[in-house]
Amino acid sequence: MFFPLAGKLIPWFSLLAGAFALSGLYVAFFVAPTDAQQGEAYRIIFIHVPAAWMSMFLYLVMAGWAAVGLVLNTRLSGMMASALAPTGALFTFVALWSGSLWGRPTWGTWWVWDARLTSELILLFLYLGFIALKSAIPDPSRADRAGAVLALLGVVNVPVIYFSVQWWNTLHQGASVSLTRAPSMAMTMLAGMLLMALAAWMYSIAATLSRLRAIILERERDLEWVQLQSGSLRTAP
Amino acid sequence: MSWGSLENFLHMGGYAVYVWGAYGVTALCICLEIVLLRKRAQQARR
Repeated sequence: MFFPLAGKLIPWFSLLAGAFALSGLYVAFFVAPTDAQQGEAYRIIFIHVPAAWMSMFLYLVMAGWAAVGLVLNTRLSGMMASALAPTGALFTFVALWSGSLWGRPTWGTWWVWDARLTSELILLFLYLGFIALKSAIPDPSRADRAGAVLALLGVVNVPVIYFSVQWWNTLHQGASVSLTRAPSMAMTMLAGMLLMALAAWMYSIAATLSRLRAIILERERDLEWVQLQSGSLRTAP
Repeated sequence: MSWGSLENFLHMGGYAVYVWGAYGVTALCICLEIVLLRKRAQQARR
């Protein structure tokens, strides 16, 4: 069964998240050099970029589970999507917040309505809308279906975010890291960013699994094994 | 990367508000999520 396995995995992913975050922060503040143009302000990159990656990736995973739930009608996929949404929203908010604090000293403004920033803000609203919609529908299976439709409609926004810097003239710079070219940044900066990205991955897995366990317990309250888990079934026949 | 002193490190080359503002709020959000998750797990177990 999935439930005890998730329970065993959570501490390991949490531990990995902590280890990656500590080494990432060490590289970010004590190894990576000062940027020639931006001075120390660029150090925001070590949370901004991993958070932005995570915000898009988690949405894709969430929409993927939503699609599985719609097609195969499996209960766990709807719960999986619900478990992912708050962590996705968190990373979206962190990406927007850190971007704003980075934009002020480098662009001279906290916010502009350019394609990258606007589409990332829409992503935050999609996450929040998904959470609100699901909590507004009392019947879990109907909530799962409605949430899945919303998640799938919103998935077009993810490529818009990713390619926005190529499709439109934006204040936001293009990708510094891509799979096809050599990255346009110092190796130590890249290493710090990747370590922080790994930390964000591990954290997301741990957070999602623990939320998923809570959701399973909440939803399947009536089942015998759940009552055994929570200790409320003491007088088992 | 050598900062020389703790003061220099905290000063972040004049960008302290932005750098620490970004890292601080991120840490705060993560701590908040962990606390909320703990609470939810405890309530679900009841």
